[in-house]
Amino acid sequence: MRSLGPVLVVVAAIVALWYAACVPMNIHTAVTDAERAGVAVSPDGAAVRRDIGALRLALGNTHVWGDTFAQEKPRLPAPHQVAAELWDTVAMKKVSSKRSLVYHGWITLSATLVGFAIGTVAGVLLAVGIVHSRAMDMSVMPWAIASQTIPILAIAPMIIVVLNSVGVQGLVPKAIISAYLSFFPVVVGMVKGLRSPSPMDLDLMRTWSASRGQTFRKLRLPASVPYLFASLKIGIAASLVGAIVGELPTGAVRGLGARLLTGSYYGQTIQIWSALFATAILAAGLVALISALERATLARMGVGR
Amino acid sequence: MSAAPVISASSLDLTFQTNDGPVHALKGVDLDIGKGEFVSFIGPSGCGKTTFLRCIAALEEPTGGTLTVNGMTPEEARKARAYGYVFQAAGLYPWRTIAGNVRLPLEIMGFSRADQKARAEKVLDLVDLAGFGGKFPWQLSGGMQQRASIARALAFDADILLMDEPFGALDEIVRDHLNEELLKLWARTGKTIGFVTHSIPEAVYLSTRIVVMSPRPGRITDVIESPLPKERPLDIRDTPEFLEVAHRVREGLRAGHAYD
Repeated sequence: MRSLGPVLVVVAAIVALWYAACVPMNIHTAVTDAERAGVAVSPDGAAVRRDIGALRLALGNTHVWGDTFAQEKPRLPAPHQVAAELWDTVAMKKVSSKRSLVYHGWITLSATLVGFAIGTVAGVLLAVGIVHSRAMDMSVMPWAIASQTIPILAIAPMIIVVLNSVGVQGLVPKAIISAYLSFFPVVVGMVKGLRSPSPMDLDLMRTWSASRGQTFRKLRLPASVPYLFASLKIGIAASLVGAIVGELPTGAVRGLGARLLTGSYYGQTIQIWSALFATAILAAGLVALISALERATLARMGVGR
Repeated sequence: MSAAPVISASSLDLTFQTNDGPVHALKGVDLDIGKGEFVSFIGPSGCGKTTFLRCIAALEEPTGGTLTVNGMTPEEARKARAYGYVFQAAGLYPWRTIAGNVRLPLEIMGFSRADQKARAEKVLDLVDLAGFGGKFPWQLSGGMQQRASIARALAFDADILLMDEPFGALDEIVRDHLNEELLKLWARTGKTIGFVTHSIPEAVYLSTRIVVMSPRPGRITDVIESPLPKERPLDIRDTPEFLEVAHRVREGLRAGHAYD
């Protein structure tokens, strides 16, 4: 717990910076609103103020700063506004409600988990093939790398459209985009892990006339476990990104991606930010879950210390 | 040595093809090793001593000459579990306990569970590691780890023990102790041991025969029969006989232009 102090200091610094940024970001609207309400502002006239820098305007109208933290559609919502929205949509709404972030979160999470499972299985299988077959190593790896150089935003709509034309909609297309992003780190990590035994380790296996299957089960597979977990942590975060990206091009009405989308349609910046934070918290939770699983597995294997 | 040799090499060649042209790792190596002998291979880097051991273990394929182990090809001998191999590093799997590591070859060879357990206990006792079976490798010192790896090589009762600088990475005090232990183990089990080393005192202290090798091409320059008794306390290393043998080994190494 010695690190608690520094952590809190950093968090406080970020929050303070955020509040400070709210003032210039929202000052134009705040001044205009104040003028409409009959409060004296300088200078008068929205057209004049449009050409004035945000910082100068903020310094000339310190009496309206309070409003920059309390607008309905601010350019940058203040931390407490986002927190209140998060609290309201996570804890105060029924989970079956269309306004509940838990509901939307679950829609995205289910696609993430299915995609992650597909990506992990595919990644591990590809890695096993790549390690055991030189032909696969030469033929599959370049494609795997090429697949990740294509912007996901470009390929996601095509996956959705193609699958939709054959009648597949809903969770599956999103899961496939998730899998598309998450299989790659698994392939790379697993290939490295399965190849991690030293030549001496492999020679030992040969002196016992071990078959390829035995070498795989008793040496390569256990040796790859730490590498696999490192990959899974990257993979699950990538899966979540994939699921959200998969919700964007369809104009989906459910899911965290949909919340981001509708928020941007209607200028609901607070909704966008709370959806962003929900996503970040969800990702952190998923990575923490994998970490816990990693610790438990390695401890069970005796290599965790 | 009236019985047929356990290991027999005649005009053995091994040439590696590299980008810089062929490298003669072994050239015209003739050597017979009898049952129960302790033969050390000594020489500078590149003299082919490790390569020769790897040929016996069928980890390398000779390009010429003949090599038999127990009258079979090295490949057949391996399948018949003729030898246990000990590398310079212990090579214990960190995710297995010491006993689990010793059981590993037994699992691969398909011994029954009860047999695995009994054998693991027996060989751990043999290397003075009784009671350490449940520990993980990182909980043991380097010397103990290397003893565990010797136990692993002994677990399936091979007649031949091939050791490639097994104590090379250990400090001298631990090394002396393990040398003494190894001699006792050899006396108790009657194994045939092939032992690669860089150290003249180690070779002289342990061996019944010392094979001196030299590089470019890798070949045998001298084979020295040790006049030392089978019973060897550590302080035998200060006797004139010991120093005499050590001197001959050093001469042999020099004659091979090893340090040009």
